[in-house]
Amino acid sequence: MTGPRNSAEKINPACGIDVAYVARLARLQLNADELATLQGQLEQIVEFVRKIRELDLSGVPPTSHARVTPNVFRADEVRPGLDSETTLANAPAHAYGQFAVPKIVE
Amino acid sequence: MNIGTLTICGALEELRAGRCGSEELVKELIAVIRRRDPEIGAYLSLDEESALTQAKEADRARAAGQARRLSGIPLAIKDILNVRGQPCTCGSRILQGYTAPYDATVIAKLRAEGAVFLGRTNMDEFAMGSSTENSAFQLTRNPRDPSRVPGGSSGGSAAAVAADEALAALGSDTGGSIRQPAALCGCVGLKPTYGRVSRYGLVAFASSLDQIGPITKTVRDAALLLSVIAGRDERDSTSVDLAVPDYTTGLTNDLRGLRLGLPRECFVAGISPDVEATVRRAVDQCRALGAEIVEVSLPHTEYAIPTYYIIATAEASANLARFDGVRYGLRAPEAANPIEMYGKTRAAGFGPEVKRRVILGTYVLSGGYHDAYYLSAQKVRTLIARDFENAFATCHALLTPTTPTAAFRIGEKTSDPLQMYLADIFTAPANLAGICGLSAPCGQTPDGLPVGLQILGPVFGEANILRVGHALEQALAGDGAA
Repeated sequence: MTGPRNSAEKINPACGIDVAYVARLARLQLNADELATLQGQLEQIVEFVRKIRELDLSGVPPTSHARVTPNVFRADEVRPGLDSETTLANAPAHAYGQFAVPKIVE
Repeated sequence: MNIGTLTICGALEELRAGRCGSEELVKELIAVIRRRDPEIGAYLSLDEESALTQAKEADRARAAGQARRLSGIPLAIKDILNVRGQPCTCGSRILQGYTAPYDATVIAKLRAEGAVFLGRTNMDEFAMGSSTENSAFQLTRNPRDPSRVPGGSSGGSAAAVAADEALAALGSDTGGSIRQPAALCGCVGLKPTYGRVSRYGLVAFASSLDQIGPITKTVRDAALLLSVIAGRDERDSTSVDLAVPDYTTGLTNDLRGLRLGLPRECFVAGISPDVEATVRRAVDQCRALGAEIVEVSLPHTEYAIPTYYIIATAEASANLARFDGVRYGLRAPEAANPIEMYGKTRAAGFGPEVKRRVILGTYVLSGGYHDAYYLSAQKVRTLIARDFENAFATCHALLTPTTPTAAFRIGEKTSDPLQMYLADIFTAPANLAGICGLSAPCGQTPDGLPVGLQILGPVFGEANILRVGHALEQALAGDGAA
């Protein structure tokens, strides 16, 4: 299909996916082998999904949800939720009724 | 009682007539599981003791005249739905050891109607896959040919039903994960309309696409389970406040008055000739049952998979951010700070397909790429939804193959992610458009592999697609073809 291109035109093919960079954004600490494999695979997959560039999308509104519902409200009343004992039962580490994590502030 | 052919409706008749009890039913199913599951691998965990307790309770209730719609009916549950006190691994190492602290809404509804929970079924990790080979724990084999995959991601649920290790099961469907394994295993699989069933307690993969639905031996059983699990739930704001009919009452043996569309884009090169021939025979059968068959067009079909893999992975990358080693599941030891803990935990806990999708999803949402990929994909989504609106303006339902091929061999597509993605080519459009879809067995290939007919309906059009599936099922049973 030809015709005017949409904003996908802005994709610069020279700026393909940099898996090492995106993995850092995604908080995935990958080893060198994984990075090499994923780099090759994701270049192919990105090329594949770029197929949508063929379409003229000017004037087409985006769909974020299959059914867009207005905000749904309920009465603002306190109700019981999971208690902390139940919640902490699945925690890898907890102390003083709270989730324990490695030190954040030096 | 022949456990092999027993359906939910059949079992309810037995129970009502007093010819068997739920306890006996559960014991028989556990015996089948012990015999067959070492080969099939449908279940990740079995909860014999709790199932027997629930069954005895159901038997007592029935004896006391307090039977409900599903009293004593044992079900298998995909390991992505929270069942209080049970594991919920999502097929992932990152949730190994997690115990569900509450019931998903669908589980609470089934429980309230007396259903019994047998165990948890295998799946592709976080529902990402089309063969169940992405489970971190085990392979599941297709009961119709153990050298082949059961499909995915709800492959354990479909295999359990096909191997007679469960009367029925629940699955979840984000791009075909109920319908595709149902087709490959010879079961009925229903993806309800987006908003028909509450997802509270379903571990989220792609929130604008996910739906929960049944995998069963018959269309009537699927209709019955939908009648129980559907409905508005204030814990899922996307669930719709719309009356839930008894979907079993509209099932008829003819299709008079229905106009069914054949999308020409679903009968093209790339589809297996055996699958196409089987589906075309089913279409002829629908015509013989009184339906009017017309050709329609869904012109953006070829863009559905690229669109799906942008939207689903974007949403997944956000949803899976919660697996960071803080509140539940795995935590990598020896991290000096939280950032290192997240990175190491997620690297150790996620398998290769989940990593691929989280990275793709993060990429399409990242600065400079969001508009080009994610926003554009949302616009294509609009075009795909409009295609369906146009088709449903003249048709009650659409007929397509559920899958382009019958079950493929274990290992056949694992080295090529893109080939695996294309297994969802006919199912993913329904999730993007939010419409409902049913896969019903419609025959088999010359090799004896099941073929699924997909029946797509408009938003909240479940009654008609169930009617088509049921009439076809009855006709094929009469012919001895299915």
